[in-house]
Amino acid sequence: MKRLWSQITASVLVNSIYQMKNYPVVLINTALSPISFLVLIFLVSDGALLGESILGGLIMAMFQGGIALQSDLSHLKNDFKLQDIVVSSPTNSRVYVAGMALSEIVYSSPALIILSILFVLTIHVSFLQIIGIVLILLMVFLSSVALSFALSTISTDIVQSHSFSRLITILFTSLAPVYYPVSLIPEALQPLAYLSPTTYAAQIAQHLAGLTQVSSEMFIFDWLVLLTFTTIFLWVGFRKARWRDI
Amino acid sequence: MNAGELRCVNLGKIYEGNNEALSSVNLNIPTKGIFSIIGRNGAGKTTLIRILATLLEPSSGSATINGLDIMEDADELRKKMAVVPQEGRPIPWLTPLQTVSSYLMWRGDSYRVSRRKADEALAMVELQEVSNRLNYKLSGGMRRKTLLAMVLASDAEIIFLDEPTTGLDPISRQVIWDLLIDIGKERFLFLTTHYLEEAEAVADSIGIFDEGSLLALGNMDDLRAGMRYQYSVKVSSDIDTSMIEGIVLKSHDEQSQILTTREEAMSLSNMLISQGVQFSMNPVTLDDIFYNIAGRDIDNDYEEYGGGRM
Repeated sequence: MKRLWSQITASVLVNSIYQMKNYPVVLINTALSPISFLVLIFLVSDGALLGESILGGLIMAMFQGGIALQSDLSHLKNDFKLQDIVVSSPTNSRVYVAGMALSEIVYSSPALIILSILFVLTIHVSFLQIIGIVLILLMVFLSSVALSFALSTISTDIVQSHSFSRLITILFTSLAPVYYPVSLIPEALQPLAYLSPTTYAAQIAQHLAGLTQVSSEMFIFDWLVLLTFTTIFLWVGFRKARWRDI
Repeated sequence: MNAGELRCVNLGKIYEGNNEALSSVNLNIPTKGIFSIIGRNGAGKTTLIRILATLLEPSSGSATINGLDIMEDADELRKKMAVVPQEGRPIPWLTPLQTVSSYLMWRGDSYRVSRRKADEALAMVELQEVSNRLNYKLSGGMRRKTLLAMVLASDAEIIFLDEPTTGLDPISRQVIWDLLIDIGKERFLFLTTHYLEEAEAVADSIGIFDEGSLLALGNMDDLRAGMRYQYSVKVSSDIDTSMIEGIVLKSHDEQSQILTTREEAMSLSNMLISQGVQFSMNPVTLDDIFYNIAGRDIDNDYEEYGGGRM
């Protein structure tokens, strides 16, 4: 158990804590991205969508953290050969990914702390509802981590990897209705929004927080879709990731 | 149980596009001291080291290290081995101390133990003065030494180093060689290089590799003994080589090198002395052995010249 803890801590230290310690400016950087959208939506909606945009910020921070893992792992693997160094050590792929995923949460912690404080101050929900929202955030994070790891292990080009990571984040968190209710999107475009798992995550979170109301059937359907997306992404992550090259 | 040896049986690797990188390699060496694979770029050295270090799956054949199979017992092997890949670089946003201690934590050491061991290893490679400086501010030699400090600080018994001194200046290379010799006294070092003088300086035994095949194996004396021509005569001016038994090579700067027998070398040197021609005569080096075995020079410095009597 001690060995496992050391191995996970090593990933967290390398991919987040040492970087934050040696370059404190990244603390501001990681906080700005999800919060800037929150400010924009807050201003445009004249404060009406504050709750939705706080939840959107939390979903974006978790999803972005998971997807950032892809470019981080690719960067470490291709530019520094870190994966080779770790593969030929007692650390296995699951422990390595767990540590690296945790490092992304630590890296996103400035944004997560600010958003959590805003959440507690503005949205009043029961403990059970908080558990539900945390579960959604974890599912969003797990999906993006699994997908990221599979992509990073087969990636050989860091520029492509980085661009892909940005593209997925934009598609799933900026263009998808994460910071506001899906009903604000023109009806003709709504089917497109439902292609993104984050739309379902946002809809459940908004419902749990009492910000929007959906039917019981729709609420169950949202959970099922999110669960299916998470399962598929985890399956892809486990089956398609290449720890030892072929 | 084949404890104490590294064994490859018909080990082969074919990449996508039917590109054969390794062709049925058979190798049997003791896992002690320093073993070096030499060969030109693209000879298959990195493919071999990556397969043995459990980083790459072979297409055919098998390999065991101290009785453990590289495919079946990879997890067990990984507890005993460490690798510094060819293009491995310390992460720029870390310091050497953070680099080495994190690596040790991946190997299972606690934070406190890893910091202590990292401090000791960095002192051994003379990096204690810069142990808290960011890696990107270090010289190429210091970065390489940081990577070596990682494996040095670890408890790995088997260490794979892929071209550990590529791109370094001669002084840094010498420092790294001394370090490798020290490491090789206690653990098994398997290294690849295309610097022949490096293999000659540090390795206890050498494998000569070309076009994915192992062409020869042994220590310098074994390799020399297997040569038809065991002496090398280098002459800076043009001489008539048509009657000399051996191989005549010409460098790009028009220097001639004659690989020949001991007797022929002695008579040639007498002739050159009598003519007042400047020359040097030595037992063949690994460069010459490589040329003899692979049929070409490792760096293309010399080309065969049709002036010798074979």
